[in-house]
Amino acid sequence: MKGIAAALVAGVATVALTTTAAFADETLDAVKARGELVCGVSTGLPGFSNPDEDGNWSGIDVDVCRAVAAAVLGDADAVKFVPLTAKERFTALQSGEIDMLSRNTTWTLTRDTSLGLNFAGVNYYDGQGFLVKKDLGVSSATELDGASVCIQAGTTTELNLADYFRFQGMEYSPVVFDTSDQTVQGFASGRCDVLTSDQSQLYALRTKLDNPDSAVVLPEVISKEPLGPVVRQGDDQWFNIVKWSLFAQVNAEELGVTSENLEEMMDSDNPSIQRLVGTDGDMGEKLGLSADWAANIVAQVGNYGEMFERNVGMDTPLAISRGLNALWTNGGIQYAPPIR
Amino acid sequence: MAEPAVPAPPQGPAPWRNPRVRAVAFQVVALLLLLWFFWTIFNNTLTNMESRGITTGFGFLDNTAGFGILFSLIPYDETNTYGRTFVVGLLNTLLVSGLGILFATIIGFILGIARLSPNWLIGKMALVYIEITRNIPLLLQIFFWYFAVLRTVPGPRESVEFPLGAFLNNRGLYVPAPQVESSFWFVVATFGAAIVGAVALLRWAKNRQDTTGRRFPAWPVSLAMVVGLPLLVFWIIGAPLTWDIPELKGFNFKGGMRLIPEFIALWLALTLYTASFIGEIVRSGIQAVSHGQTEASQALGLKRGQSLRLIVIPQAMRIIIPPLTSQYLNLTKNSSLATAIGYPDLVSVFMGTSLNQTGQAVEIVAMTMAVYVAISLTISLLMNLYNRAVALKER
Repeated sequence: MKGIAAALVAGVATVALTTTAAFADETLDAVKARGELVCGVSTGLPGFSNPDEDGNWSGIDVDVCRAVAAAVLGDADAVKFVPLTAKERFTALQSGEIDMLSRNTTWTLTRDTSLGLNFAGVNYYDGQGFLVKKDLGVSSATELDGASVCIQAGTTTELNLADYFRFQGMEYSPVVFDTSDQTVQGFASGRCDVLTSDQSQLYALRTKLDNPDSAVVLPEVISKEPLGPVVRQGDDQWFNIVKWSLFAQVNAEELGVTSENLEEMMDSDNPSIQRLVGTDGDMGEKLGLSADWAANIVAQVGNYGEMFERNVGMDTPLAISRGLNALWTNGGIQYAPPIR
Repeated sequence: MAEPAVPAPPQGPAPWRNPRVRAVAFQVVALLLLLWFFWTIFNNTLTNMESRGITTGFGFLDNTAGFGILFSLIPYDETNTYGRTFVVGLLNTLLVSGLGILFATIIGFILGIARLSPNWLIGKMALVYIEITRNIPLLLQIFFWYFAVLRTVPGPRESVEFPLGAFLNNRGLYVPAPQVESSFWFVVATFGAAIVGAVALLRWAKNRQDTTGRRFPAWPVSLAMVVGLPLLVFWIIGAPLTWDIPELKGFNFKGGMRLIPEFIALWLALTLYTASFIGEIVRSGIQAVSHGQTEASQALGLKRGQSLRLIVIPQAMRIIIPPLTSQYLNLTKNSSLATAIGYPDLVSVFMGTSLNQTGQAVEIVAMTMAVYVAISLTISLLMNLYNRAVALKER
């Protein structure tokens, strides 16, 4: 009896002490002390976050994590990647299991306000589309009445799909899987007529089919899907670091600073470039980082354009053109506030 | 002679030395600490979630869900609420668990008896079946049925056609749906009355045999009543029943009733897996009945089937029921593996999609856990009642 009582008292005391600790301003210190950034990514989506045979991750979402690690720790490889399903991702971030989430996650009002999370920018502007088998003979999404649709659980696409079919007065039956791999399996085996997801993902998932040319992405884009990194609410310093790591990449592309010409740019006379690479001003200090934070990002990960072309660009199996993701100066909407 | 000194009246020990007072006091203290412990956890969770800007409360249950569900026993569409998705998921869980329990029990009993069959081939076949199914993880078996078996059936345009307008393809099994007119309920009512009549007839026949020893062919007569009377009424009132036959329209079949492959795969896997455990429970229960009972019944001239049914099984039930209950509970809880193949059960729909769209993990996980506890306790309660009914009455 006494033993139980004592154990209870000890237990309550521990709970009371540990859970009242606040999260504010502690992520940066925790990452520095650990010497490693813990970043949540997808369970495998070519071009965005995908492990190779040796377990090395690559992709545009992975590079966002690597850029933050380069800025904070000076080493883009000091990242531990945690693969998460769409259902697990927010809980993992809320509970502090990961420092940031970079997992093709759509920025919406509900997620921004009710989850205790903040979206730190957009690294890929996307929209939802449909992938169908060519032999189905369908050329438009409006011909999909009565179709079976494979879809990943816990995504905005699940809601958009319902909205779209209802608005068009069409019927559908949703077949819901946990991971995008399972949706491809369901599509390949003929359980569904249609696979729906963000268009970029459809191109990525199509490469996983035995014969990628047997399927075609329909022209309709039925939603806006701005994808970006997410951090916990309440730690503004960390929020700023993630946000400006991404902005630094976009600014670097705009200023023509690449991983190849960085050495020359360190001697540039252009004040904007000087502030970016840290030869002038105290931009790094204001973020709580070293002066060469952005130079590290560009040297180790590259600017936004390099990152895009390396992972999803025309020379990759995904072969996605810049489109909306071109710089604002080139007709796209990628735009970053100035570093000054 | 001096009066002997009167001993002082016995004085009880001080309250803090009194074992009964101490026992109660410590229990009260422990209870208070326990309450404080849970209240602290609850309060901490709420405070911290609020300070981090995470929405709490059950208000989301009235919000529009906005996503579709593959299969529902009640009318559901995207404009219904999250509360409704909870009910849809719950009913789907109950459906697959209920049918799973029913068929696992039937197959399990057959397996258990077959295991003990004097026929070498039957006994060994049951043994091989049991050893294979109960030694492969359930999740793998679900995948096996879903991906390996059901996916080999053709697509909608090459459907396998069965007689009477049933079709099988990789979207499921489509069968004609009965469309009844209101007068059809006379047939249903006749059917109910026939069952009541048959039960009465069986009791009367048993009673007569017990008292007079004369037998009456009660089974054939009651079967004829249950089948024949409704058919007669059906014919008299002019066959008030039409069939909605499924037909290929566009991509898929429309009309008729449909059994989705996710349900079939999950139900098959749960049934066959649990049946192998039930088979072993039944075998051990039968073997635990003293062999003297069997010999005695054979000495009385009972056939093997009769001796099993009348002597052995009733005694074996007392041993079988408690472990059988835990198999029922296992099956119900295992049905949550549905999420792996996309059958819309409670975990997949409510703890999956609804949780993710609302982000209210604490409330939704708590509700889901409460449901499983409630289902399990209900099964336990029913089985305990049954157990009490068949248990040995010691007088």
